Amino acid sequence: MQDLLTLGFLAALLGAAWRLATPLIFAAIGEVFSERAGILNIGLEGTMLMGAFCGFAATFATGHIGLGLMAGIAAGMIFGLIFAFFTITVKANQIVVGAAINLLGLGLTSFLFRTYYVSTGRGVEIAAPVRIPWLSDLPFFGQAVFRQNPIVYSTVIVTILATILLYRSSFGLTLRAVGDHPKAVDVAGRSVAAYRYGAVLLGTGLAGLGGAFLTLGHSNQFVEGITSGRGFIALAVVIFARWSPVGAFFVSLLFGLFYALQLQLQAQPMGNVPYQVFQALPYLMTIIAVVVVGGKTVAPRSLGVPYNER
Amino acid sequence: MSDKPFLRMDNIHKSFGEIIVSAGVTLEIEEGEIHSLLGENGAGKSVLMSILCGILKPNSGQIIYRGKPLNIGSPREAIQQKIGMVHQHFMLVPNLTVAENYVLGQGSPLRLIRNMNEVHARIRDMSERYGLDVQPDAVVEDLSVGEQQRVEILKVLFHGCDLLILDEPTAVLTPQETDRLLDLMRGLVNDGKTVIFISHKLDEVMRASDRISVMRDCRVVHTTQVSDTSPRELARLMVGRDVLMELPHSPCEPGDTVLSVEGLSCRNELGLPALRDINLQVRKGEIVGIAGVSGNGQTELALALSGLLPVDAGRIELAGRDITGLSPTEINALSFAHVPEDRHKMGILMPMSLAENAILERYDQPPFMARGLLQRQKIAAHTRDLIARFRVKTRDENEPISNLSGGNQQKLVVARELARNPDFLLVSQLTRGIDIGAIEFILQEMLKQREAGRGILLISTELEELFAICDRILVISHGEILGEVPPDRDRLEEVGLLMAGKKADQKDMAAVGH
Repeated sequence: MQDLLTLGFLAALLGAAWRLATPLIFAAIGEVFSERAGILNIGLEGTMLMGAFCGFAATFATGHIGLGLMAGIAAGMIFGLIFAFFTITVKANQIVVGAAINLLGLGLTSFLFRTYYVSTGRGVEIAAPVRIPWLSDLPFFGQAVFRQNPIVYSTVIVTILATILLYRSSFGLTLRAVGDHPKAVDVAGRSVAAYRYGAVLLGTGLAGLGGAFLTLGHSNQFVEGITSGRGFIALAVVIFARWSPVGAFFVSLLFGLFYALQLQLQAQPMGNVPYQVFQALPYLMTIIAVVVVGGKTVAPRSLGVPYNER
Repeated sequence: MSDKPFLRMDNIHKSFGEIIVSAGVTLEIEEGEIHSLLGENGAGKSVLMSILCGILKPNSGQIIYRGKPLNIGSPREAIQQKIGMVHQHFMLVPNLTVAENYVLGQGSPLRLIRNMNEVHARIRDMSERYGLDVQPDAVVEDLSVGEQQRVEILKVLFHGCDLLILDEPTAVLTPQETDRLLDLMRGLVNDGKTVIFISHKLDEVMRASDRISVMRDCRVVHTTQVSDTSPRELARLMVGRDVLMELPHSPCEPGDTVLSVEGLSCRNELGLPALRDINLQVRKGEIVGIAGVSGNGQTELALALSGLLPVDAGRIELAGRDITGLSPTEINALSFAHVPEDRHKMGILMPMSLAENAILERYDQPPFMARGLLQRQKIAAHTRDLIARFRVKTRDENEPISNLSGGNQQKLVVARELARNPDFLLVSQLTRGIDIGAIEFILQEMLKQREAGRGILLISTELEELFAICDRILVISHGEILGEVPPDRDRLEEVGLLMAGKKADQKDMAAVGH
């Protein structure tokens, strides 16, 4: 009986971890593409917020979750285009532009939300869980882990596609080269700027999708600052994952586990330990990850460095 | 000269802002030859070749290749026309494998890379055919510089090229590797390819080429068959023979030894031996020159003396005190001043004002700092004094130094260093990139310092400047001091031969003498 309880607890924890990791997986894999091309987009937080709001607004208006997700991706890419224009074409400092994007995302979504939605108080219907034949029937884990909505499942597909694109396609090869030695790509007759635009748009599109998941697959409401730092955690995930999509998937899961754990622990009576301690877990984890792993990893050599064409 | 050359670069001009890097170059290459471009660093060789393969776009001029004008400024055009270049700084992506580097940028971006095994097989095949040992699955960052160069050469051949440009390929090679490379070049020409070989090493150029073009001051000054020339003539063409400067000065009356270097050896940044068993003395009241084609260890000598490069073996003494292995800060605190060879990298901070630049090494010492605060009045007064004494042309001491011409920047650097009243002055490429007026003023200033009893070591690639003010000239080649020559202009060619790496033997010297 005791065993069963523990196992059941673990299964619930895993299921929640995957769900909570989903926005991180999208954003971090997107950022992997961006950083592999040499662009450090710290504007993920603002971009995700934009995705979360626009996804919510589109579904609110149409009732379609699919349209909402597409709106989230589109909103992310619009922010990506702004970011790319200033960092790649104008060659502005990536950190400064990223910070501006974050402020813009927070301000714009709060303003629009207060203007149009705050009084309605209504939410949207979130994506419904779907059973996967056979897997959902597994003892203990089936019910808890494989009863997710399709967006959560799609993280696996996105991870596989991202891996193929990055390591198996000509595009991915050139992308990896752009972040490491852009001049070599230029000499090989390819446009460094075009690849960087592509990488940023891909990255911000995924970040927008991650944001939209928050309002359409997780909570059914937009709340100001709903991303609560996930955009920044995604940046840490990328470092921890050593700039690989598969790594980003599993590291995000690990962070998801900490989110889930803190939720579970908050629910337990734990004597005098204030619940804020548990809330801080994912962020503490981020700092530890960056300190422990950050020093040893090799980032793309031209990360953050604008490229000057001839 | 044939009517229809294989390649003709016609009146190529290129400048970056006010800095001219190609001043109307015209160059003709014939099919199936090894054509060497010879010249000192900064003579415009690499720039010209970067223009040829589309990486740099010239301001004016045209290129005729195989009878048709080449679309200038497009790397893709050069690749399509089978013009390949092995750059001095390799164009290999470090985190990719050799094979991945070879297929980079080829074909449609959305293509999946499936047939890597075929690519690997082709690379192994070519590696065998050209005798270039290259492992297709090795990751580039794990390879040594020599290996990377083989990878880079084979990459160009892999892409298919009729015209192969090699930019200073021997700079990173051992003599044995160099021999193999020169053989390979000949093999490629026998295969029907054309090779342009860039070098500043006379012996290699004499051995390897069919024809030679000498570049100086961003122009081609002479093109010749290798059989019609001699190392001596090439050395003279490379270095140039402009109007000799006459700076009268009294005979040397040297005092005590101020700098003494014994058996100094060290490695460059790449870990290759750069200096071998250097011995030299500088006494008070004399100027000792180090002559040599650039890239022969001069940079490392200056860095080692000033504590910026670790010393492998040997001993450096300043006024009898062992300073080997001291940090730059510690050396700085001694009576040792340094005018570095690259002003912009090491001498000044471009965005800062003249006043700030004038106290770079002493900003934390009185009178410039008191109670942890900079003393603006005193710094300004000090800088105004330097500006006046060295006739630096500037608005005032608060002007950013980047606004000044090279000559005026250098005057401030020299003024700053001399203001420390050092016993010993290490001066590198003192007159690089500055105008004639400033050159003369600065050289005069050096002579004044000599009169004042200071010891000066002047490292320079400009023979003119060395002959004008030095009391003794040491010639460095391949990291070794090959000989000492008095600054007698009749012996200029002797210096040229030593610079070319030829140790003086009796017969040669007799021939040079008269």
